[in-house]
Amino acid sequence: MTGFFSRLKEGLTRTRQNLVEKVEALVTGRPKIDEELFEELEEALISADVGADTSLDLVERLRRTVKEQKISDPARIKDLLQEEVARILGNQAQPVAFDHQPTVVLIVGVNGVGKTTTIAKLAHRWKQEGRKVLLAAGDTFRAAAIDQLEIWGQRVGVEVIRHQEGSDPSAVAFDAVQAAVSRGVDVLIIDTAGRLHNKSHLMNELSKINRVLDRALPGAPHETLLVLDATTGQNAVSQARLFSEAVGLTGLVLTKLDGTAKGGVILAIAAEMQAPVKFIGIGEKMDDLRDFDPPEFARALFG
Amino acid sequence: MFEGLAEKLQNTFKKLRGKGKVSEADVAEAMREVRMALLAADVSLKVVKDFVARVKERAVGQEVLESLTPGQQVVKVVYEELVALMGGTSSKLTLSPKPPTVVMLVGLQGAGKTTTVSKLGLFLRKQGRRPLLAACDVYRPAAVKQLQVLGNQLDLPVFSMGTGISPVDIAKGAVEHAVAHGRDMVLLDTAGRLHINEELMEELKSIKSSVRPHEILLVVDAMTGQDAVNVAESFHGQLGLDGVILTKLDGDARGGAALSVKAVTGCPIKFAGMGEKPDALEQFHPDRMASRILGMGDVLTLIEKA
Ligand SMILES: Nc1nc2c(ncn2[C@@H]2O[C@H](COP(=O)(O)OP(=O)(O)OP(=O)(O)O)[C@@H](O)[C@H]2O)c(=O)[nH]1
Ligand SMILES: Nc1nc2c(ncn2[C@@H]2O[C@H](COP(=O)(O)OP(=O)(O)OP(=O)(O)O)[C@@H](O)[C@H]2O)c(=O)[nH]1
Ligand SMILES: [Mg+2]
Ligand SMILES: [Mg+2]
Repeated sequence: MTGFFSRLKEGLTRTRQNLVEKVEALVTGRPKIDEELFEELEEALISADVGADTSLDLVERLRRTVKEQKISDPARIKDLLQEEVARILGNQAQPVAFDHQPTVVLIVGVNGVGKTTTIAKLAHRWKQEGRKVLLAAGDTFRAAAIDQLEIWGQRVGVEVIRHQEGSDPSAVAFDAVQAAVSRGVDVLIIDTAGRLHNKSHLMNELSKINRVLDRALPGAPHETLLVLDATTGQNAVSQARLFSEAVGLTGLVLTKLDGTAKGGVILAIAAEMQAPVKFIGIGEKMDDLRDFDPPEFARALFG
Repeated sequence: MFEGLAEKLQNTFKKLRGKGKVSEADVAEAMREVRMALLAADVSLKVVKDFVARVKERAVGQEVLESLTPGQQVVKVVYEELVALMGGTSSKLTLSPKPPTVVMLVGLQGAGKTTTVSKLGLFLRKQGRRPLLAACDVYRPAAVKQLQVLGNQLDLPVFSMGTGISPVDIAKGAVEHAVAHGRDMVLLDTAGRLHINEELMEELKSIKSSVRPHEILLVVDAMTGQDAVNVAESFHGQLGLDGVILTKLDGDARGGAALSVKAVTGCPIKFAGMGEKPDALEQFHPDRMASRILGMGDVLTLIEKA
């Protein structure tokens, strides 16, 4: 867990306009809590992609708390903000439960967010935990997507079920479940092609994969994870909403947190959705995956 | 998802009806709406502030205060300023008088560089050019294969030297190959990288100094949020960009990143990616982008009425 914290914090402190520093700069040397402070806090949140509406709400809550509890020391603001963020994100880390044999995990998301790489990371992690992992190359559309997953499979040391490029992804999913059952696999992770959530034919294709999985193994998929790129702005809210409508989500993965983006949009999403963030990606290598820990994340954001 | 700005401004000014003339305070209220709309579209806060200040200056002038339709007038001012800010673009690539013209695509991971290289190849061939695609991404699994498959589909030649060699050497090799085989354009696909990764940014600088690209284009995902300014500033500062390509505009993102990137680099946005297929590359239109960022499909009719 310290790995998660230090690495994430390292990434976050590289940011020139770091939120932590900003908030600290806002409160230090300020004799009292005034309206200007609240406005600057709001701006700091907006700059972290939290979104104007969610930022307004958050700051409004702070205003109320400050008034109700008659708080006058600006230094307390940082803790209050951190508490609010942790509250929105929920307190518990939410691991994947392996109470099915095989547990089927479907990975979805828009183009280029890091789905295939995340699958490699999950496979690596779960294999190291002693589970038998199988991958399915369900992206039959993008050029060399199958080869990409195959290379990851070799690196991690897990098998990949594949069909030809251009074939039906549902058929790949069906075969992969059958292979997973007959080989006594613990976890099957299914890759899918990137798709924009506003394209109904592509979203219907996902629903079909979902139905085929359920037919091949009633109850499958047991986990459907939406991968979100931390660099994404407010559009991530729309992604979460529409993918959730199309396939139902059990969790989110936030990638590319090793950049300077802070993934603040996750607060806007958490404020309206049930699905918790389960993992974060902090690099391109197979061990660059961490469990998402809401209090840690809030602390990393706010120092 | 959002109520359009045009609608919001109409409502703001409707509330004022009967009060007589519009005051500066009313304009300030309208500017708050403009600010929120731009932020909801992911335009960077810093850019929003400068922009709103400029719009406000114009809006407190006679043309709005004296107007019978101040709502429309404000919309008009906002729209015109936005178009002006993103304007002055051309989709033209600067061609070298001495071929081959070398174009290098750079950007964050997953932005759409490899796909865009193949789209550009097709685009240029349609204009009678003879492009060569060059696979300089030796890091991402199957990146070379990806470009080869795309090249194959389009019947465009792809230069590659595998992954056991430095991207600088591949770029040099590609240019030599183009010269030897009469290709008049070389399109370099580079690996995705973080703007804060010094080692990989150095690599781009080395490619730049060894093959002297005529165009260095930053590929930016239209869904990018507030970080777009940091990314663009950093790539521009280290490499000196000549233009920007905005991808994934076929989605429902407002695309405020376009404004941020243009504002901080001053570089024109040369192309827009409108889909995954090779022909989904278009010339960038500042006016369409302005309507999109503001969420006002009806903007033109409104302005005509004003
Ligand atoms: N820096 C960084 N890069 C990442 C991370 N996760 C993935 N990437 C990179 O992002 C790019 C896209 O990753 P992919 O896994 O191919 O993304 P995808 O969602 O499968 O893409 P499509 O299948 O084309 O939709 C690659 O260059 C990855 O190496 C991360 O956590 N940090
Ligand atoms: N919908 C849509 N998808 C796009 C567009 N441009 C690229 N993509 C998709 O975005 C994903 C990433 O594209 P790539 O070309 O692999 O991106 P990249 O920048 O080369 O990625 P790395 O090499 O890993 O950094 C793929 O799934 C592409 O099909 C676009 O304009 N619209
Ligand atoms: Mg993929
Ligand atoms: Mg690429």
